[in-house]
Amino acid sequence: MDFYSFLIQLLNAVQYGLLLFLLASGLTLIFGIMGIINLAHGSFYMIGAYLAFSLTALTGNLWTAILLGLPLSVVFGVVLEWLLMRRLYARDHLDQVLLTYGLILVFEEMRSVVWGNDVHSVPIPKLVDFSIPLTENLSYQAYRLVISAVCLVIAGAMYWLIQRTRLGMMIRAGASNREMAQSLGINVRLLFSLVFALGVALAAFAGMLAAPVSAVFPNMGGHILIICFVVVVIGGIGSVRGAMVAALMIGLADTFGKVLLPEAAGIAVYLLMALVLLWRPQGLFGRQ
Amino acid sequence: MNHTLWMRSLLAACVAVLLLFPLAGSVYYTQLFTKIMMLSIFAMSLDLLVGYTGLVSLGHAAFFGLAGYVLALMSPQYAAANLLTTLPAALAASALVALAIGLLVLRTSGIYFIMVTLAFAQMLYYLFHDTKLGGGSDGIYIYVKPALSIWGWVPFTLESKVVLYYFTLALMLAVYALLRAVLRSTFGRALQGIKANEQRMRSLGFATFRYKLAAFVLAGTLAGLSGYLAAMQFGFVNPEILSWHQSGNVLMMVILGGMGSLAGPVLGAFAFTLLQDLFESLTKHWQLLLGGFIVLVVLVLPRGLFGLFEYLATLRGRRRGHDD
Amino acid sequence: MDQNKPAQRRNFLKELAALGGAAAAGSLLPSLAHAQAAKLRIGLMLPYTGGYAPLGVAITNGFKLAITESGGKLGGREIEYFTVDDESDPAKGPENANKLVQRDKVDVLVGTVHSGVVMGMVKVVRDSGTLLVIPNAGAAAATGAMCAPNIFRTSFSNWQTTYPMGKVAYDKGHRTAVTLTHKYAAGDEMIGGFKEAFEKAGGKVVKEMSLPFPGVEFQAFITEIAALKPDAVFVFFAGAFAVKFVKDYAAAGLKDKIPLYGPGFLTDGTLEAQGDAAQGLLTTLHYGDGIDTPRNKAFRLAYDKMFKLQPDVYAVQGYDAGLLLASGLNATKGDVANKAALIGAMEKATIDSPRGKWTLSKSHNPVQDIYLRQVVGNENKVIGVAWKALADPALGCKM
Repeated sequence: MDFYSFLIQLLNAVQYGLLLFLLASGLTLIFGIMGIINLAHGSFYMIGAYLAFSLTALTGNLWTAILLGLPLSVVFGVVLEWLLMRRLYARDHLDQVLLTYGLILVFEEMRSVVWGNDVHSVPIPKLVDFSIPLTENLSYQAYRLVISAVCLVIAGAMYWLIQRTRLGMMIRAGASNREMAQSLGINVRLLFSLVFALGVALAAFAGMLAAPVSAVFPNMGGHILIICFVVVVIGGIGSVRGAMVAALMIGLADTFGKVLLPEAAGIAVYLLMALVLLWRPQGLFGRQ
Repeated sequence: MNHTLWMRSLLAACVAVLLLFPLAGSVYYTQLFTKIMMLSIFAMSLDLLVGYTGLVSLGHAAFFGLAGYVLALMSPQYAAANLLTTLPAALAASALVALAIGLLVLRTSGIYFIMVTLAFAQMLYYLFHDTKLGGGSDGIYIYVKPALSIWGWVPFTLESKVVLYYFTLALMLAVYALLRAVLRSTFGRALQGIKANEQRMRSLGFATFRYKLAAFVLAGTLAGLSGYLAAMQFGFVNPEILSWHQSGNVLMMVILGGMGSLAGPVLGAFAFTLLQDLFESLTKHWQLLLGGFIVLVVLVLPRGLFGLFEYLATLRGRRRGHDD
Repeated sequence: MDQNKPAQRRNFLKELAALGGAAAAGSLLPSLAHAQAAKLRIGLMLPYTGGYAPLGVAITNGFKLAITESGGKLGGREIEYFTVDDESDPAKGPENANKLVQRDKVDVLVGTVHSGVVMGMVKVVRDSGTLLVIPNAGAAAATGAMCAPNIFRTSFSNWQTTYPMGKVAYDKGHRTAVTLTHKYAAGDEMIGGFKEAFEKAGGKVVKEMSLPFPGVEFQAFITEIAALKPDAVFVFFAGAFAVKFVKDYAAAGLKDKIPLYGPGFLTDGTLEAQGDAAQGLLTTLHYGDGIDTPRNKAFRLAYDKMFKLQPDVYAVQGYDAGLLLASGLNATKGDVANKAALIGAMEKATIDSPRGKWTLSKSHNPVQDIYLRQVVGNENKVIGVAWKALADPALGCKM
């Protein structure tokens, strides 16, 4: 593999990893703070992508679509939490798994009713719709760099939020000990709603951002959901830092795995998880 | 009539209905019920884990699918494989893999356990999907059903749909009896103790890891039995039989029926499959109905259909004035 | 033991419920069976949900158009349709086919799109003897190793659609090629067809790449292609995958540097989504929207009038399935019981299809012209015939 091929693979790995981070960070917060396992997380990603498609077609511009779509997703998340998720807090994991599994079926089918089953593409915003030439044959899509940049900005914002604000403090408190946080007077109800809405927003945003490069098609949430779970397990439940590290690890393992050992690439991610669990069952940055 | 006699007669009546069904039902429904009975074995095996030991596995389909693949890989292209060699091989494979996976996953608990069981099942899925091991995503066809051949003597052929039905029914009843016996034993009670409070069991001196592992292996082996039968019925295996949808569906059957009751999962298997069939005939958006139904059941019937019958039974008991 | 009584009672109630429910369901359902012997029972097993749903709908539309043009009857008999949505799920293939064959007792089975699913149908009809007409799935085995007198196909074999491109590529001066597809039977067969012709002419496929189905991360492979610098690239993808690959390929800057080829599926039904990335692409297929014959024009008009949609290759295949059944059943005056006569009549048929007239090979696969098409604007323009009257070799067929 020559230098430019390697560079391209590396950039792709990082871009994939950063997108995974957006999805997984929301998931790990929901796991860690609310203690509920949500299988429907991939559906939010899918909803974001389809919203991007419809709203871009309507407004002609991906950025406007995101500006409109994001609040819509947040509202959706808040309503869902109020309607259904709230009832799961006291229930055991089994019930949560099943209810959210049922939700996946409902969301996928609703998507089929509203948007149909065709494959759609979302145009890249004109400003960044060009390719950077690297060699005589190869160029790299500028938009992919934009994705990575945006994800990094969000990662930075999340870091600031969690480490430097009151809300972040409450989130960290809730993640380490929910009952204690509650007894200290933190409005856990509100916190949960906020965290869930944040998780949904992150997933939907990831979907919107990725839509131009991944195309919008049925069942797009399924595969990425499981990879997300692996990221969370490797990184440690409740740890955003862990999600970042694990997401990048998986991005690298998956991308380079596909090039070097295409047959084993699919398994590589799970083997990685198995190894991490053997060594540290609570994940790299998880709490014991 | 005292309760035990009444209940025993009910049970006998139910078994009688199942025994007589092929004589009344059409070929298609005989086949459907055969499929449901195979799934009942699958569901009962998961109930051992979920309902009695408190281990929520989201990867149980791994053992189901693995056994099916063993049969497919051992079957010659146009001749019948021998049941007496392929079935033990499939069961052994499921047991060994369950042992290997169990040793790793039982180090975790809670959400981690759910995720890790899912992940290992996915690993097996990709193993069969991406490599040349088992025909990839296209799967493998089993053109001739395995035959029960004892040194050349074939007492009955499983190609007959009615024979397959009774064969499956016999196995389902045998598995039920086996699991009942296991649960009545000290081992079984220990499992239930672990579900109730593992810490306490450990403080009482039980090596809980070993008990959980044994339950995991037993459940995996029985799942393998059901997978072997399922592969045999329609003669096709592909990676989807190992998918997390398969794991999710069987978990749903256990919950729908009512976990921790053994017969509940059987009811769940019937209800779930027949409901799915019904929804499919109603609309092409049947997954919406199914998903909505699952959500409803979790919210409204936390203890499944059994919880419902239990409630009705207690009402009945109260009305009669008996208190057991 | 007293403590067990409630548990026992509960358990038995549960058993009762399980078995009672089963009995009730079982006794009710068979009585819903239809009892109309006069109507011809046609089972449509196609995808109506999922990524291939548009294809299932197009095939159904085409089929029904042919029936309408035949007076709404086949062989003088009215038709009763039974539909099963196979969701392009191979795992449920045999079961779904069984529903139509055993439960609904159809006389003719029509389907499907996905090659994996069709093999399940092939398995079921080989056991039951039911007549099967395949309006899309191109798996070689269906009219190859698993061929049977009661199995017909009105679409193509995967090999047929790509073999001519091998020669076209060579004639254009390309001597080395790299291939890419998903790793499954259809992909392998598509690539195999191209490779066979290309290497027979003197070219060399320097690398054959594949990724597991249904992967969409093509970046690694595109980079590899650029590094290898072949004269040409040949791929097989359809639907969503075709959209993504063509766009990714163009975005990586390779479109104008290393020419891309593929069977028509790469650009059929996907042009709107692919946009500029697909302009100029050459593909081979047994149909092209712009075939300039009165027959095709009339078909397209009739289809548009009836469904308010533009037909595609899938609609044509469904239409031809209707034509084939019509010719067979008209010859036997609607008799399906005499299989030999019906099959004999169908084998002799010449189908006056919008794609051009075609006949059936001995293994019941179409012998047809393969067109060369180029993407111009939003259309696959037919610019020539890449191969006349191409027949699939039907490897392993013992008919």
